[in-house]
Amino acid sequence: MDLSAINPVLLFASLMVAATPVLIAAIGELVVERAGVLNLGVEGMMITGAICGFAAAVTTGSPLVGFIAAAAGGAGLSLLFALLTQVALANQVASGLALTLFGLGLSALFGQNYVGLKPPPTARLDIPVLSDLPVVGRIVFGHDPVVYFGLLLLVAVWAFLKFTRAGLVLRAVGENHTAAHALGYKVVRIRVLAILFGGACAGLGGAYISLVRVPQWTEGMTGGAGWIALALVVFASWKPWRVLLGAWLFGGVTVLQLNLQAAGLEIRAEYLSMSPYLVTILVLVIMSGHRSGSPGSLGRTFHASQ
Amino acid sequence: MHMKKRTFLAGAASAIGVSAFGTVSAMAQDKKVKVGFIYVGPVNDGGWSQHHHESALAMVKALGEDKVELVEQDNVPEGPDAERAMTQMALNGCDIIFATSFGYMDPAMNVAKKFPKVKFEHATGYKTADNMACYSARFYEGRAIEGTIAGRMTTTNKIGYIAAVPIPEVVRGINSSYIHAKKVNPDVEFSVIWLFTWLDPAKEADAARTLIEQGCDVILQHTDSTAPLAAAQAAGNVIGFGQAGDMIEYAPKPRVASIIDNWAPYYEERVKAVADGSWETHNVWEGLSTGMVKIGEITDAVPAEVKKEAEDMIAAISSGAYHPFTGPLNKQDGSVWLKEGEVADDGTLAGMTFYVEGLKGDVPS
Repeated sequence: MDLSAINPVLLFASLMVAATPVLIAAIGELVVERAGVLNLGVEGMMITGAICGFAAAVTTGSPLVGFIAAAAGGAGLSLLFALLTQVALANQVASGLALTLFGLGLSALFGQNYVGLKPPPTARLDIPVLSDLPVVGRIVFGHDPVVYFGLLLLVAVWAFLKFTRAGLVLRAVGENHTAAHALGYKVVRIRVLAILFGGACAGLGGAYISLVRVPQWTEGMTGGAGWIALALVVFASWKPWRVLLGAWLFGGVTVLQLNLQAAGLEIRAEYLSMSPYLVTILVLVIMSGHRSGSPGSLGRTFHASQ
Repeated sequence: MHMKKRTFLAGAASAIGVSAFGTVSAMAQDKKVKVGFIYVGPVNDGGWSQHHHESALAMVKALGEDKVELVEQDNVPEGPDAERAMTQMALNGCDIIFATSFGYMDPAMNVAKKFPKVKFEHATGYKTADNMACYSARFYEGRAIEGTIAGRMTTTNKIGYIAAVPIPEVVRGINSSYIHAKKVNPDVEFSVIWLFTWLDPAKEADAARTLIEQGCDVILQHTDSTAPLAAAQAAGNVIGFGQAGDMIEYAPKPRVASIIDNWAPYYEERVKAVADGSWETHNVWEGLSTGMVKIGEITDAVPAEVKKEAEDMIAAISSGAYHPFTGPLNKQDGSVWLKEGEVADDGTLAGMTFYVEGLKGDVPS
């Protein structure tokens, strides 16, 4: 085994890239769940975002337009979920699962003509001097803009939930929708907005996979990242910073296990390959302890008559 | 989460109608041969599944749409789902079913037992029955060419290998490319990453990037997508090879050559055999000599003398003058596998689960 082949700086830089899609999707889902809605359709919205973003970027030649289209695509699909669960009062679990299946099929259909194409490259940030600094340069200043966007989004969501009045209302709706309704808050409207935000985030996360991380279009290319994002939210006890920790752990172990395999570590490759899932869940479960902290109205259907 | 999508080609819908009204098909003068195909990935994966699909279309074109009816299903997971998909095809009146991934072997065998009149053809496996044949290609012959080019062209002497699922076919590929890279460049080292999947572009991209970060400047892949080539392109001075398909869109660099699977002639021959009643089970393994394995254009990114060397080897393997597994070769633990001048027999190759001497790590089981 030759561990010296592993460069810790590059490892950390790669970890941030590998974590970004799940991180962005998980932040969106966190807001949705804090509003009391369980949307299991993250995978479907991610893959829809992946193809919408890819198609738009290839057509216009601009990655930025691609990411905007991805957010719109993800939000568009989530609107369907919002209609089903908030207006038609359908079961959230069933609707979410249906959304995933629908998204996978829809994206495969849209994607037929985009196979084998290359998207325009998303430029890495290149700040003179700063990006050339040893260690810090590559880790802190050497990424594409989406990585920073993901981190900013996390800070923004954390601050929104913790410090703003709107954030408090959103949490109130999630904790007890009847009480929130009695206080005069528009439960359905707030939830629909949260669902749309979640959809847009999932779409962005998906587009990051198809436009930056891979970058190309293949059916089913999100490969379960949406389910990881969902699991992260739960195991992170609905707390933004723990979502970041979970995403980095997941990304970190994913990248690390590849590095260890490539360096010829004498551990069976099967164990290494399942390690990202095991380690992430284990750490977050231990951290969350006995307090589950799930929003009180999570997954429950709300109707003003109740 | 897997999503199963049924891809029925044009005639298939009407075919169901025909079989639903048995009298119609009984009255028909020339009965069409109904051919089923199942694929492990989407038919547009750019690699393995796409080339089976394109070969199937070529077969239909060659034999005539009035003679053959094609039913296809892609994204069929290996395991019980495959059994269900093939049972459905058999029930719908398929005369012959091609199962085009290694993991379909036992499911195909189970379905074959239930439908003794339906013929089954399984790709890259080794089990046969009276109504189940298997066919495979000697991809390791192509890997010998790749290994030679890789060994000559690496400047860091580190070659990365993205391995898919631990089955003999993949292990043969690693051994063959390593032996030939080592032969032309004794300093060469291989780093192997196992992904346990045939197709997952995100994982493939991560694996390729990891290998490149560890200093590999040649990436060999046994997974089906073009993601590793995209990573090689982004990294700049890294080369790779097309896998299963030509992947020519990445030529002349990073894709400097490719191994192409050409199944069409075989499909044509076998479907014809079903039509005239001469189909019999067999276990065939063809390579460069019959054209089932082809080497795609070697681009100008490869120095002329290396290209010449590769072409000479293609000729030698095609003519039978050279076998990629010729002794002296030792197993990883140092024990003798093949003595000087000895050539590996097909039985050993078919069940190959060991690395040759010099490779690091273990073959997962």
